[in-house]
Amino acid sequence: MKSRIGGLLFGLGLILLIVLPAVGLLTLAPWWALVVLIVLLAAWLAFTRVGQQSWSVMEVGIATIPQRLGSSSVVVVGIAGVVGVLVALLSMAAGFEATLRQTGTDDTVIVVRGGAQTELNSVVDHDTATVVAQAPQVLHNAAGQPIASPELVVVAGIPKRSDGLDANVEIRGVGEHAWELRPDIKITAGRKFKPGLRELIVGKSAAVQFKNTDVGSTLKLSGQIWTIVGKFDSGDAHDSELWGDTDVVGQTYRRGGSTCSITMKLTDPKAFEALKATLTSDPRIKVDVSTTRDYYNRQSEQISQLIHILGITVGVIMAIGAVFGALNTMYAAVATRAREIATLRAIGFRGLPVIVSVLVETMLLATLGGALGAAIAWAIFDGYTAATLGSNFSQVVFNFSVTPQLLWGGLKWALAIGFIGGLFPAVRAARQPVTAGLREL
Amino acid sequence: MKYFHLVWAALFRRKTRTLFTLLSVIAAFLLFGLLDSVRAAFLNAGNSIAGADRLVTISKLTFTMSLPKSLLGRIQAVPGVAEVTYANWFGGIYQDPKNFFPSEAVAENFFDLYPEWVLPAEQRKAFRETRSGAVIGASLARKYHWKIGDKIPLQATIFPQKNGSNTWTFDLVGIYHVSDPKLENQENVLFFNWDHFNEATAFGGGNTVGWYVLKLADRRQSDRVAQAIDALSADSDHETKTQTEQAFTASLVSQFADIGLIVGSIMGAVFFTLVLLTGNTMAQAVRERIPELAVLKTIGFSSHSILALVLAEAVLLLVLGGAIGMTLAGVVIDIVRVQLGNTLPLTPLDGSIWLLGLCLMVAIGLIVGALPALRGMRLRIVDALSGR
Repeated sequence: MKSRIGGLLFGLGLILLIVLPAVGLLTLAPWWALVVLIVLLAAWLAFTRVGQQSWSVMEVGIATIPQRLGSSSVVVVGIAGVVGVLVALLSMAAGFEATLRQTGTDDTVIVVRGGAQTELNSVVDHDTATVVAQAPQVLHNAAGQPIASPELVVVAGIPKRSDGLDANVEIRGVGEHAWELRPDIKITAGRKFKPGLRELIVGKSAAVQFKNTDVGSTLKLSGQIWTIVGKFDSGDAHDSELWGDTDVVGQTYRRGGSTCSITMKLTDPKAFEALKATLTSDPRIKVDVSTTRDYYNRQSEQISQLIHILGITVGVIMAIGAVFGALNTMYAAVATRAREIATLRAIGFRGLPVIVSVLVETMLLATLGGALGAAIAWAIFDGYTAATLGSNFSQVVFNFSVTPQLLWGGLKWALAIGFIGGLFPAVRAARQPVTAGLREL
Repeated sequence: MKYFHLVWAALFRRKTRTLFTLLSVIAAFLLFGLLDSVRAAFLNAGNSIAGADRLVTISKLTFTMSLPKSLLGRIQAVPGVAEVTYANWFGGIYQDPKNFFPSEAVAENFFDLYPEWVLPAEQRKAFRETRSGAVIGASLARKYHWKIGDKIPLQATIFPQKNGSNTWTFDLVGIYHVSDPKLENQENVLFFNWDHFNEATAFGGGNTVGWYVLKLADRRQSDRVAQAIDALSADSDHETKTQTEQAFTASLVSQFADIGLIVGSIMGAVFFTLVLLTGNTMAQAVRERIPELAVLKTIGFSSHSILALVLAEAVLLLVLGGAIGMTLAGVVIDIVRVQLGNTLPLTPLDGSIWLLGLCLMVAIGLIVGALPALRGMRLRIVDALSGR
């Protein structure tokens, strides 16, 4: 009984003194810190006496893994599961964030009505639009006109290709300067819509998602026939939209000359504060001004935060399960090698080589599991296309993005699980009385 | 049953190993409970039984476009319509956009059509009589510690007031509850008087409404009534689209994300790992006990009872861990719901989730027990006793 309480206290001490700091350090450490650690470990194994002893004990452990394939695979698969799910979920958030982040820049600003938060909520009347575009910080083109696009966002329900059910698509009416504002947009098929006509061009992702959006086909919106005349690729959230002429879209949806927002190019990104001051102090208008980068980053905040909470919660719970799986496996591994370890101790090996060898073995299995999980997540989910309702209540298509940071993060989780799962069995192996170990079957 | 203590003793023969395996099982079913609660919350969003006889009429063009109030009488006159009400989306913000909760301007008879939202009679009276009155859901009240008599200022995102102010201040006169705990997520809406909205809003008023809700006299006639209503405004400049409330919500939810697929894939990965892990434990446990099983056979246990014993042990392990895990999930969900209100969509674990969980426990138990049990059944006494 006494020894049991002692063991418990020892275990607790181990958690407080070693496990928590080590895991904390690991999660914070940059990648090069780990490389340095591995190099140091390798040097220690190669050049010190205790290190060489550890190496030989480790060799035996690793050589016997094939005999314990079933139980060793528990560690590998368990950790692969954790890392795979974690990386997949976080890559969803990363992809969504990236899509919206790319949509904004620092040198374009978006103006909506005061308090509106999103374009869909906003109404900007014609007079306000005129005042806003005349601000001195707005860049003018060669013809001397301000590069500003009054834009209108409406949501239409049109059938999806996949199941024929209606989903919301964003129809954006843009002004004539929209192309100068967003020079990266390429027309990949057909041509641009002509101002004044009921013509639309379709974003790359929307074209994949919705029926009747091929170039040349027609779409019935609000009882009127629209022709799709082109397809564009912007590489960002606009790819999920259909674009037409602001005035024509406005007439169709009876907006009476009002729009939702004005997007403008700044003479210089540094001019933003001055522009904001000019517009917000103008008594004739009541508007909110933000750079498009800020605006679109804000749009992704809530959803990506939700996914992060989900991912970390699921990851932590799965990791707890995997730790116990690893503990089981490694305790069993140590138990089957009890006699061998006791023999080593009897002929003069110290405890440290035993600890190091069990720990390194577990971490190797964990690394394998982490790499496997990350690889599976990458193979299945990198570039995987999904869609969700964005802040304008319409479909935003995005690709999962398995970034190197996510892979590295997943590997860190694997190492942390391996460390905890290996440490306790390792210490037990080293602390076992030699006589008891020799008697073990 | 009479062998229960035998199975129990076998299970706890190696306490540490069983404990660790049990903890893994607990973690897996804790996750199952939580994720299935999220899935159920999304599913229930479009699935209230009370809503089965309600239709929603919105603008066919785009749901943000409003409809003329003159439609009210004409819809009312459609045969098969028992009662009609209307509402406007307001979308106000309390202090910070992060605090978002839905807010709607509703007609006087709105609560008549939603019997599942329970509002005491005197509070309903107060709501009718207070022009700037507002009614909120109970969990919203808990979250912000609002009580009747408080003033709630909301920042308008769409509708500034005529006087140029963006702030609408409401007097809290009532707090509603939902009768069905599954629908508790609906306790987070703020309702205020449509008449007040129509009068005070700078634009978007003018006797237009956001959508109509109508109650059917007979729910089997929903298709016919929906078509009749849409026919009222066919070819006009305000064509409508009428559908059941369920279909309306379900379409929004499915557009948000394929929750079933996400939850399904995660649980697939979790249970695959779990099968491997517990399967390994059971294999070890049986391997160690071969001589004991041989003794059992020697004293007269049939091969089939050995099979049953080992299977029972595996199922017991899973059910024990699973039950603890799901109980834990229930506790966590209760705590989260009280602490965070309805920011996370979670429903309490009900009978159907428990049943599904129980089926999974037994199924996984049988899967992981199968191979070791077969091995136990097939062993030959002579070989096993001599350690071959």
